[in-house]
Amino acid sequence: MAFPDVRGDFPILTRQARGGRRLNYLDSAATSHQPRHVLAAQDEFVRERYGAVGRGAHLLAEEATEAVDSARWDVARFVGADAGEIVWTENATAALNLVAAAMGAASQGIGGEEARRFALAEGDEIVITETEHHADIIPWQILARRTGAALRWIPVDDDGRLRLDDLSDIVGDRAKVVAFQHASNVTGVIHPVSAVVERARAVGALTVLDACQSAPHLSVDFPSLGVDFAAFSAHKMLGPTGIGALYGRRELLDALPPAVYGGSTVKTVTMTETTWLDAPAKFEAGSQPVVQAVGFGAAARYLTELGREGIENRDRELAGRLRRGVTSIDGVRLLGPVGGTGEPVIGLAAVEVEGVHPHDVGQVLDDAGIAVRVGHHCAQPLHARLGVQSSTRASTQVYTTDEDVDEFLEALAGVRGFFGAGGSS
Amino acid sequence: MSGLEQMYQQVIIDHARERHGHGLADSPGRVGESFQVNPVCGDEVRLRVAVDGDRITGVTWEGHGCSISQASVSVLHDLVEGATVRDAAEIAATFRALMDARGEPPDSETEELLGDGAAFVGVGRYPARIKCALLGWMALKDALIQATKEKT
Repeated sequence: MAFPDVRGDFPILTRQARGGRRLNYLDSAATSHQPRHVLAAQDEFVRERYGAVGRGAHLLAEEATEAVDSARWDVARFVGADAGEIVWTENATAALNLVAAAMGAASQGIGGEEARRFALAEGDEIVITETEHHADIIPWQILARRTGAALRWIPVDDDGRLRLDDLSDIVGDRAKVVAFQHASNVTGVIHPVSAVVERARAVGALTVLDACQSAPHLSVDFPSLGVDFAAFSAHKMLGPTGIGALYGRRELLDALPPAVYGGSTVKTVTMTETTWLDAPAKFEAGSQPVVQAVGFGAAARYLTELGREGIENRDRELAGRLRRGVTSIDGVRLLGPVGGTGEPVIGLAAVEVEGVHPHDVGQVLDDAGIAVRVGHHCAQPLHARLGVQSSTRASTQVYTTDEDVDEFLEALAGVRGFFGAGGSS
Repeated sequence: MSGLEQMYQQVIIDHARERHGHGLADSPGRVGESFQVNPVCGDEVRLRVAVDGDRITGVTWEGHGCSISQASVSVLHDLVEGATVRDAAEIAATFRALMDARGEPPDSETEELLGDGAAFVGVGRYPARIKCALLGWMALKDALIQATKEKT
């Protein structure tokens, strides 16, 4: 069955690009556009039901609370979880930081006896990977600094795949936590979550999954994947900015101490002591971005109604068209494997154009109405490992058409000529 | 001429390829050096100046980046090497003003002062790229401060 043409659902896609050209938006891995369903849900919430969530006894407070609770359920179901396992965060970055900061707090004795399982000290190890986004590197560097634990990482091969040959050494008896991404925002590689989870479990280490790039494209189910925590962000899956979520297994969220402190997180506060509410409330200090939460819920519903399996299949088609296409252009190097049957990748392609800096590539594409991302995509260690300083990335979403991809390929093929780099050099 | 062609004039593409002053070298006088990074893309420039009396005797640099940033440092080298510190400051200020001019063509006085630098007029229409063009000039400002500050 052909994937439906949903472009009509996305108002922004009707606007013009530079020079009056048709907008060809291929920057969805950076941020995706919102369908009118998501815009309408937020609009309706603000117009009809807006009030203080979780506090107040008036009608609006009650209806607003109900709307946000319901959004939490929508987002939870989207990843196979219960609402009690979903914590609102500002974005995926904040979710990853929350786990690392909470483990730091636990390491200082906060959270008492039940939080000791999260505590790190000298002699312990934190494991990340070489393909991580900066948001899944820096919090762990800081946690290592704070606790005296050592930071180790799983290396990648020349195509950005995790090299698991030394996994049992890298994730050893001293490993307390393993943080890794589900799918790469640079190479598109979908990592073998089960292999890492299995090893982490064998040594009693916690797992934290950065699902930022997988949640929009794959049928992600965190309990089935077996991870302990996972982070994802609304704005990469057709929702608004300003909201993301941390998934945590219930018993872990119950034991994990909060790391940001404030109103609506507590049972009792005296001048010297505080007792926390149950998760997720204890992690959501202060007024929350409730309008965005409603939008997040609507985005999850939209994708669910569109059909996760269909989205995944369509994504593979687009990924194939895009990645095969760029590899057939002279002087263009694809970062990561071409992918295909047996090695699925998500719908993006980051490329190096020989002799032309990504900024210049992006500018020429922009002139043709094509929006791509240029730079290191917050993955400097991975770029260094792949032997490039930065790259140009095109990424797809449900609204991407074959024509969008073909137009990008054609424009990309002309870039070197524009800069006089396409000759015999 | 499209906005794109206006930005990437041939003189810019040539400078990006030729990179005048590329390769750090020593010159007589007091030396100042500055390292600048464009956090948006990770582009880098390390620029070294030597100042003898009130004259800039050497401007050399290394780094990597887009054609706009590379060409801009190349042009900077041509404009500033051999100039007085005061003239260099005026050239730098004029170049910055050109970036802020949103693509408005410069007057003949500006054109004369900036030479090849006047070709960067088209960059002003693309706010995201102004930083690229200014990367080397930020390094120059900082390096001159290093080279001319009183030794303590």
